[in-house]
Amino acid sequence: MKKTKKKFDNGSESLPPMGFNVIVREFSKDKIAMISLAIILITLIGVFAGSIIIDQGALMKVDIFNSYASPSSEHWLGTDISGRDIFGQLIIGAKNSLLIGFSITIITSIIGVTIGIISGFYGGVIDNILMRIVDFVMILPMQMIIIVFVTIIPKYTIFSFILIMSAFYWVGKARLFRSKTLSEGRRDYVSASKTLGTGDLKIMFREVMPNLSSLIITNLTINFAANIGIETGLSFLGFGLPSDTPSLGTLIGYAKTSDVLADKVWVWLPASLLILVLMLSINYIGQAIGRSADAKQRLG
Amino acid sequence: MWKTILRRILLMIPQVIILSVFIFALAKAMPGDPFTGLITPNTDPNRIEELREQSGLNDPWPEQYVNWVKKAATGDFGQSYVKKMPVATVIADKAINTVWLSLLTFVLTYAIALPLGLLAGRYQNSIFDRIVVIYNYVSFAIPPFVLSLVMLWFFGYKLGWFPTSGSGTVGLVQGTFSYAWDKVMHLILPAVTQALLATAVTIQYLRTEVIDAKTQDYVRTARSKGVPEGKVYTRHIFRNASLPVASTLGYEITGLIGGSIFIETIFGYPGMGKLFIDSLVGRDYSVITALVLILGIDTLVGTLLSDIILSIVDPRIRIQ
Repeated sequence: MKKTKKKFDNGSESLPPMGFNVIVREFSKDKIAMISLAIILITLIGVFAGSIIIDQGALMKVDIFNSYASPSSEHWLGTDISGRDIFGQLIIGAKNSLLIGFSITIITSIIGVTIGIISGFYGGVIDNILMRIVDFVMILPMQMIIIVFVTIIPKYTIFSFILIMSAFYWVGKARLFRSKTLSEGRRDYVSASKTLGTGDLKIMFREVMPNLSSLIITNLTINFAANIGIETGLSFLGFGLPSDTPSLGTLIGYAKTSDVLADKVWVWLPASLLILVLMLSINYIGQAIGRSADAKQRLG
Repeated sequence: MWKTILRRILLMIPQVIILSVFIFALAKAMPGDPFTGLITPNTDPNRIEELREQSGLNDPWPEQYVNWVKKAATGDFGQSYVKKMPVATVIADKAINTVWLSLLTFVLTYAIALPLGLLAGRYQNSIFDRIVVIYNYVSFAIPPFVLSLVMLWFFGYKLGWFPTSGSGTVGLVQGTFSYAWDKVMHLILPAVTQALLATAVTIQYLRTEVIDAKTQDYVRTARSKGVPEGKVYTRHIFRNASLPVASTLGYEITGLIGGSIFIETIFGYPGMGKLFIDSLVGRDYSVITALVLILGIDTLVGTLLSDIILSIVDPRIRIQ
């Protein structure tokens, strides 16, 4: 008798875990996700602490007598063609790549989620117009057009790069969140709220959006990895960040000459490994969060 | 059936028009005109103006657009500013190389992905399945240029098994065995790399579809009427599980001429992707415009083909 009463008292504990707790539980059950998270945190702390210590002006100073020096105690990972320290560039480059990937993810998410929810919530003409725009951007050969934009824009800076990327990469999200809002909008709580006279904006962003939050977080994480991949890829080709801004892609881009690729592994391999590890960890975390959002796939 | 296809083709017309207007605008935003490179400091400005007038560059934009479309439709993309050859010839040259590379990639992709995806789904949670899931996860996450560089560095330079750039050695006689063999050797490394990257999506689809299909009613029916287990998988489940794969087949086919910018640049393979980058570096804008237009239309045809293939494979879609 006492036992049942005690259980009843702690009623809140028998509720299924909600929101953030689910994610925490999922991670504590999944060792690889914990390791990935640790890797990301260590990298983030290392990169941002490092970029405070490193003097960028001194780092980018050309010292041609030191061109392609092998790794030594002075230059931990050797130097590049202009005698600049690779390790320092790796830190600054990683910081730039992470920040840019993050900004693009945030901008595209804000646009994509907003347009997706509006389109799915109102339907009809608004939906039709917005989705035709989305359809049109979807069919463009995006990679090529972004590269063309990068070459023809005068006064090219980091911000123009972020803007160009964001202008094209919000469409996939808009479509995803539109379809989710379509099914969410038919739920009873939305009709109830409408009957009560709640404003459309409030329904959309205070009531429907929180119900899409787990999907948004999953999408954000995986998208973050993808955007880092796209940015470093374009920088690798030489059509990404402006040439005076180090990026992981620029460092790997030195390997486009066969001499560097074959014999000067220290120039490009560390950056490649760092990207690979980052991508694997971020994607894994994204998948773990995605699993925790779906009760059927949860581990814990 | 035909109605669906016809309606789908009609839907494509406005898309083509918008695409071409967009690319025309893009082309106008690029610096240079067909006479860039022909003009020397000694050229008489009046003569330039005369040339511009003759070739219609002073016409109003709508008129220029119509003329541009008319020419493009007949395959006339003007002259390459840099190579002083018709753009169509420049592109056709590279397109052949890309088609060879893509064909091999296409075959390799499905040769790897179909068995891996189907078997992983069939023996879910076995060791084999776990390995496939890990492989799949890595090949999805790895950026194309990182994998390409590592492949080229390891197999091309460290082991020296494959040539490290180009599409063939100069000096071999066309038609001989050594010529063909040399071509194939140049293809293998980029094709394998591209195939490894491309398998991720297909395996993922197939595996989840097979796992889902296992518990479906039609599979239980098949089993209970005594269909052998192997046949349940190869005939009943495979047909349904391959639907999402079939839906991407259209892109794959038209993607054959698109090529990959990263793969071709890194392996130094003279195809469409490398031509695009080379033209950008050389500021050969007429080639760039033509390439973007061709690939844009190509993507459109790809979606069209995909929809048609899907409506052939899956009769349910036709009803809509």
